[in-house]
Amino acid sequence: MNFEGEHLLPGQLGHFFVILAFIASLVATVAWFNANRTASIPDRAQSWLKLARAAFITQVLSALIVFGIVYYICANHYFEYLYVYKHASVELEPKYLLACIWEGQEGSFLLWALCHSIIGSIFLLRKNTWEAPVMTILSLAQAFLFMMILGIYIFDVRIGNGLFVLTRNELEAPIFNQPNYLNFIRDGIGLNVLLRNYWMVIHPPFLFLGFAASIIPFGFAYAGLVTRRYKEWVKPAMPWLLFCTAVLGAGIMMGGKWAYESLSFGGYWAWDPVENASLVPWLILIAGLHTMLIFMHTGRALRASVLFAFLGFSFVLYSTFLTRTGILGDTSVHSFTEAGSAINVMIRTFMLFFTLLGLFLFFRHYKKIPAIHTEEKTNSREFWMFIGSIVIFLSAIFIIAITSIPVYNQLPGIKNLIIRLHGGPLAMPEDPEFLYNKVMAMVAIILGLFTAIAQYFRYKDTPGNVVLKKIALPTLVSALVTLAVVLVYPLTYDKQGPGFKIAIYLGFFAMFYAMIANGFYLANVQKGKLKAAGGSIAHIGFAIMIAGMLVSSSNKQVISSSLVNGITFEASKDPRTGKAEDPQENLTLIRQVPTRMERYEVTYLKDSAGHEKGRKFYQLQFTQKDKATGKINEQFMLYPDVYLMKDNNMSSNPDIRTYPTRDIFTFVSYALKDNTAEDTTAFNEVVMNIKDTAFYSNGYMILEGVLKNPNTGRFKYQPNDMALVADIRVVSKDTIQYAAQPAIEVDQDHLHHVDDTLYAQNLFLRFNGVTADQKIRLGIRESDKLIDFVTVKTIVFPYINAVWAGLVIMIMGIFTSMVNRAGFSKTKGFVALLAGALFLVFMFLFANN
Amino acid sequence: MLLLGFPTELGSKPDKSAITKKVYSLNSKDNEPLIVKIPLTEVLLCVFHIPLPRIQIHHKMKKTSIIILVTIAAMIIGLLTYSVDFSTYDTVASAKKKEGKFVHLIAKLDVSKPVEYDPIKNPNYLSFYAIDSLGGTTKVVYRNNKPTDLEKSERLVMKGTMTKDHFECKDILLKCPSKYKDNEQLQKNMPGAEQATY
Repeated sequence: MNFEGEHLLPGQLGHFFVILAFIASLVATVAWFNANRTASIPDRAQSWLKLARAAFITQVLSALIVFGIVYYICANHYFEYLYVYKHASVELEPKYLLACIWEGQEGSFLLWALCHSIIGSIFLLRKNTWEAPVMTILSLAQAFLFMMILGIYIFDVRIGNGLFVLTRNELEAPIFNQPNYLNFIRDGIGLNVLLRNYWMVIHPPFLFLGFAASIIPFGFAYAGLVTRRYKEWVKPAMPWLLFCTAVLGAGIMMGGKWAYESLSFGGYWAWDPVENASLVPWLILIAGLHTMLIFMHTGRALRASVLFAFLGFSFVLYSTFLTRTGILGDTSVHSFTEAGSAINVMIRTFMLFFTLLGLFLFFRHYKKIPAIHTEEKTNSREFWMFIGSIVIFLSAIFIIAITSIPVYNQLPGIKNLIIRLHGGPLAMPEDPEFLYNKVMAMVAIILGLFTAIAQYFRYKDTPGNVVLKKIALPTLVSALVTLAVVLVYPLTYDKQGPGFKIAIYLGFFAMFYAMIANGFYLANVQKGKLKAAGGSIAHIGFAIMIAGMLVSSSNKQVISSSLVNGITFEASKDPRTGKAEDPQENLTLIRQVPTRMERYEVTYLKDSAGHEKGRKFYQLQFTQKDKATGKINEQFMLYPDVYLMKDNNMSSNPDIRTYPTRDIFTFVSYALKDNTAEDTTAFNEVVMNIKDTAFYSNGYMILEGVLKNPNTGRFKYQPNDMALVADIRVVSKDTIQYAAQPAIEVDQDHLHHVDDTLYAQNLFLRFNGVTADQKIRLGIRESDKLIDFVTVKTIVFPYINAVWAGLVIMIMGIFTSMVNRAGFSKTKGFVALLAGALFLVFMFLFANN
Repeated sequence: MLLLGFPTELGSKPDKSAITKKVYSLNSKDNEPLIVKIPLTEVLLCVFHIPLPRIQIHHKMKKTSIIILVTIAAMIIGLLTYSVDFSTYDTVASAKKKEGKFVHLIAKLDVSKPVEYDPIKNPNYLSFYAIDSLGGTTKVVYRNNKPTDLEKSERLVMKGTMTKDHFECKDILLKCPSKYKDNEQLQKNMPGAEQATY
């Protein structure tokens, strides 16, 4: 059939270039592999190198063309392509076009391949003798990535999910029997509501650039082993590892900032499996960073460095496996599921191939890797650094071990063992966050202390009391600062008991210690020479960030909670412990009615529409008055919004007021959906029997019964009263039910109506009376004016900006090290650092919805 | 006699002269039987030509290794003593048997029963009924705001404890059809798809 209006050429071109990219990366892999193999024969090696580079350039250009074509078909809304239909839509703003390209699995694989291309190109441009083996690894990884998006069939088996498959080939629908089916597909599904913000444009590229960069240390370790240059690979690999950890670290925390800014779970880190899976390779690479430093100064820890370099990328692949194959299922809100079992097999193969390759080479060459067999001295820097690296590595293993529980529940042999021992699949314990927090708090204490102490030891050996003398002052200062904090601004976190509280205080001490000791070191030893100070700066940033995390999490206060505001609801005790439940955190604000929230008076003024259809902003006025005089000390507006999308997907985005020392974070937890009642009936009377139904504009109601002198709940009538209560169950259009009990009282010769009002439904019910034949007369009135309300949660996060500030400082420290070790010229280095600093400061401290 | 220890070299060539030296350097007195202590490895090597790794007396273990092992041991002991109380996935029936224990209840929203949430009266009280795959039902109380799209969810994972008359829910994870763009879902939403489902 000849279908009308299709633009098939872009898809055909795109498909061709994907296949070309795949073949080119395979050719490049083989060529570089052979170049390495024939390294001793310069002529042969040279020709292989030429072939490899040509193939690589072909692959890079192909990847760019493919990306360009995807962009083109999305921008032009060619819904004949399934990818465009799924991810783009007509009303999608151009700024979100990039976001919708990498919303889908195929697009994000392409993004990863592009990042590899960039990294590989930069690597090639910095000419070095390691090209052949390192690029072998990079090209091989590239080949795997292109395989994921090939979309070709070999004997009925589909390899990869193609980017350019046609909607009519993938979906079954009767309209595809018509040649003009495109006329019926007016719009695509579009970008998911939750992803419509600038973070979706920024976070994935950074994250994937970080992931992609982790292939270089892997490649260098591989290169060192196979070319038997066991020691020489470390120095050139260092700047790449620094680049990787800086970018990956920024990418991970961008995810956190995104969650904080845009999501309503009220935080930046939830120990969610996807978050953990990306943190783990970062931790391993940081451990590797430190062991490589040890090696460069003392010749020790080379084997650990090789292992960590291999494991870094392996765990990047494991994290891809966790997030893309849907194996996490119900355990994570991030579960990007259903790529299909074919791709799951390929992802698994990708992961197992590189992991096993690394481990195999590591164990095969273990004995040959130079190692110093004498002990390092306890009073040496490398001893403390090494123990610290091991602690970091073990904490990564701990995190991934707990995160992988859903995987254990599905492994063939282990699955049955678990069922036998535990009675069923393992589910996370009651407070999974606390489980992670208590272990990581301990890790943070250890690392903080080590970061401080290690600076004062010299490599290999330090004379006796030099250390004690030098370290005495910083220790004292840190202890005093911590004490001051404890007294002036104590922690209010009692939820997990005194033990954990003490641990947090110790954490503070460790962080101040790290900050002060590193600061002293920077000033006294490095004499403020910033060029070589990357490590100290990074450590200071890390300590500030962790201290910020500790305080903003433990002293966070939900000011919309009932406990804070003295509102008591019906008994809400924990049925197991009998203790008062967690404070009720939501607060309903009725329009124009000021409500107290801790020190503020909050009024919901009005709502307004946003640019995007279906987006509604709620204007909340926060006023702080002086208690004595009533004068207004401070007043500001917050505009949290609710975004209702076409398939009734709803997302709530917070608004945050940032002060230097705290953030006020508020979001809408419940709001009425926009129901414009077309006919607002005036006061209306219906006659009902028991169990009869009456209708109103937004639903119906059933008269369940008539009660005489009830003495429960709302009413406290006595037997000799004369009161009748109509027990009515109201069911609204969106299936929410309410109870209404209008009453009528006869008091001597007066008739008293006790109306019931359902504000949420703008419904007034009045028990008018009883008819002669025992039916009741019910008055129904719907209000013209919408009594509007919004339910919110408001949290105060103290010192949360320390988290972002510390992060920026840490990354700048890593960049400084990188610039130093990569041998950038002074100007180039300065420009790079300045650009980096400006970008990070903007992204993390100033950018806002 | 075997000298115990850890090998430090692998695959080095056997040094025959060393053996010879050992044997002939012993003073042999006349008429006394010459007792030679030859390491088993040397015997195996020279007589049977089986090369075993050269072995040496081992130095005491590195401090670092000791610390690492102690840390790992501490972690394992810690893990066992404060053993993590992993939860379980349950149906209504099995959860009712574990009254008071923290479980993950997998069920669906029972649309035939009322969902109670009146944010004006109390924004922190939601109650509904859940029905699981075996048909068991229970009332669920969630002392927080109503999650959006509760009514549209396909499946609920509720974390909490079962009490005598209801399930006290601490956390709800919704599985909504519209979140995922799988082909089945897309087909259903295709224009004209409704007509096909007669």
